Amino acid sequence: MAVTQTATAPANTRWTEGWRSFRMAAWLGWQIESNWADPFLFFIYSVVKPLASASILVVMYSIITNANFENPLFPYIYLGNAFYIYVGAVMSGVSWAVIDDREHYKTLKYMYVAPIRIPAYLLGRGVARFLTGSLSVIITITAGVLFLKVPFNPLEANWPLFFLALFIGVVMLAMMGLLLGSITLLLVHHSWGIAEAVAGALYLFSGAIFPLEVLPNWIRPVGYIMPITYWLELLRRSLVGDIAQAFPTLAGFSNLQLLGILVGLSLAFGTLAVFVFRYCDYHARERGTIDMVSNY
Amino acid sequence: MSELAIHTENLGRIYKIRGNKKEKKVRKELVALQDVNLDVRRGELFGLLGPNGAGKTTLIKILVTLLAPTTGLARVAGHDVTAEPHLVRPCINMVSGGESSGYGLLTVRENLWMFSQFYGLPSKEANQRIEALLKKVGLGDRIHTKSSDLSTGLRQKMNIVRGFMTDPEVLFLDEPTLGLDVGASRDVRGFIREWLDEDKSRTLLLTTHYMVEAEELCDRVAIINQGKVLACDTPANLKHRLQRDALFDIQTSPLNGLKAPEIEALAEVRKATVEDVEGGARLKLALVEEAALGPVINVLTQKNVRIVNLTKREPTLEDVFVDLVGKSMAEVEKNE
Repeated sequence: MAVTQTATAPANTRWTEGWRSFRMAAWLGWQIESNWADPFLFFIYSVVKPLASASILVVMYSIITNANFENPLFPYIYLGNAFYIYVGAVMSGVSWAVIDDREHYKTLKYMYVAPIRIPAYLLGRGVARFLTGSLSVIITITAGVLFLKVPFNPLEANWPLFFLALFIGVVMLAMMGLLLGSITLLLVHHSWGIAEAVAGALYLFSGAIFPLEVLPNWIRPVGYIMPITYWLELLRRSLVGDIAQAFPTLAGFSNLQLLGILVGLSLAFGTLAVFVFRYCDYHARERGTIDMVSNY
Repeated sequence: MSELAIHTENLGRIYKIRGNKKEKKVRKELVALQDVNLDVRRGELFGLLGPNGAGKTTLIKILVTLLAPTTGLARVAGHDVTAEPHLVRPCINMVSGGESSGYGLLTVRENLWMFSQFYGLPSKEANQRIEALLKKVGLGDRIHTKSSDLSTGLRQKMNIVRGFMTDPEVLFLDEPTLGLDVGASRDVRGFIREWLDEDKSRTLLLTTHYMVEAEELCDRVAIINQGKVLACDTPANLKHRLQRDALFDIQTSPLNGLKAPEIEALAEVRKATVEDVEGGARLKLALVEEAALGPVINVLTQKNVRIVNLTKREPTLEDVFVDLVGKSMAEVEKNE
């Protein structure tokens, strides 16, 4: 075998290339995401879609609980669902860049040939999705507060905790996106649905719309090792405080403990993402999948 | 600085292809490159000439760090493509022809500017280069056009500018004129030559299956087929090896079942290839002596084949290919 260990570049070169890659990828991502040639379509995707999905949950909740909107389960579900928009936007956004560049724009090979850092490039492509996702989250929560009496008082919210948790969580989601994007590098035929499949599965297992106690015992550990579970809990607590603590799942943990677990699991997933990227990047070159277009 | 821009030693690549649904676990091996040994000097315009599927693109993909070799080693601009890809990439760029890559929602300028930034060019300098190069390739008036609104040929020109814009030490062009019309191909060839003449330290590796392109542009040409380099020399030297032969092109009416091997069986006929053309056939002959033409004409006459045109000509790279492979490039591609 001709394959040898890849030497690493000097640290200053790595940082310069990394920042350049991230910055320009963010610019490119914004150009793609903000290409609102048709404002009506933009309205549908950014406003109607999140509101419609929230409305489905509200209607289901209303029927099951006889419209008991006073129950703390309602803000639990509503806020969990609203913030879960970030999972789809950031995690899928980062991994989608691989498919988009390889299959649609056919530029992934040129990115690879350029002196850039591919992980930084992929993370940069997620920035625009974070921004458009934020708009959807704000619209969904505002609609909940104005029309569905979600008990949120901005004066009582723990904003420092909210922004700290949000920042850590978004970085964590981006790293999970990198992990999925890395796997996508190796997949040619079934790459399209991987991010959505993972986001869909985690919707059930990460306490987004119901406490983990509702799940069978054997499946709960999946939720406990997912940083998204702790992240959503922290976001709920920072905005609606005690109401979120009404559920036993994570009630025994203080905010600081939850933050510690979130940081620890995020670091673990971030490290895993870096290693998975290296593995997949190496094997993508071995298999020749970097520029392979499936035309699926 | 290494004297060699590109150096390969026993370079090989085997693709493992998974079988169909029934034979998923059966992996077939396809040898795309085999023991390729090449040295390309700095300042050279080096051509890889071969039919589709010969291994040209695989070789380029290895050299630009997109694909790992299975065996052997390759160095570009003095760096090992497998062990030091991060040192190779700042020195190179690549353009593939016959595809419409690029971000259609960005303008021509935006597409090019973005790539210039990935290469770390100062923005002002990048914009100046972009304008100058776009003018050179005849796209100056399309700088603010969205690239999705460009025709395939114009998009290809934009991509060619993307490759040249970063002024790489070694530039790889994979079939740069594929899909371009005659005029645009001529412009691109002129542009390539001009770019190389501007700076003698620039190196360009070009793949093509157009003989004329290789002949017109390249300082040296490697003829490649089925993953093997069959010959490597200047176009003049490659053709010189055939100058001992008398070469004739005969355009005829349909051959009425006459096949090339029957003609090759005649005394002093070194090689005969037959190409179907509209209303008849084109017979290409390499004869040891001109006198061998007489028996060939006799055979044609016996088969009631009418001779429409007969030309004696100088050898071309196509003849060199036929001499090395035993078939014309068109025949090889047809059999693939």
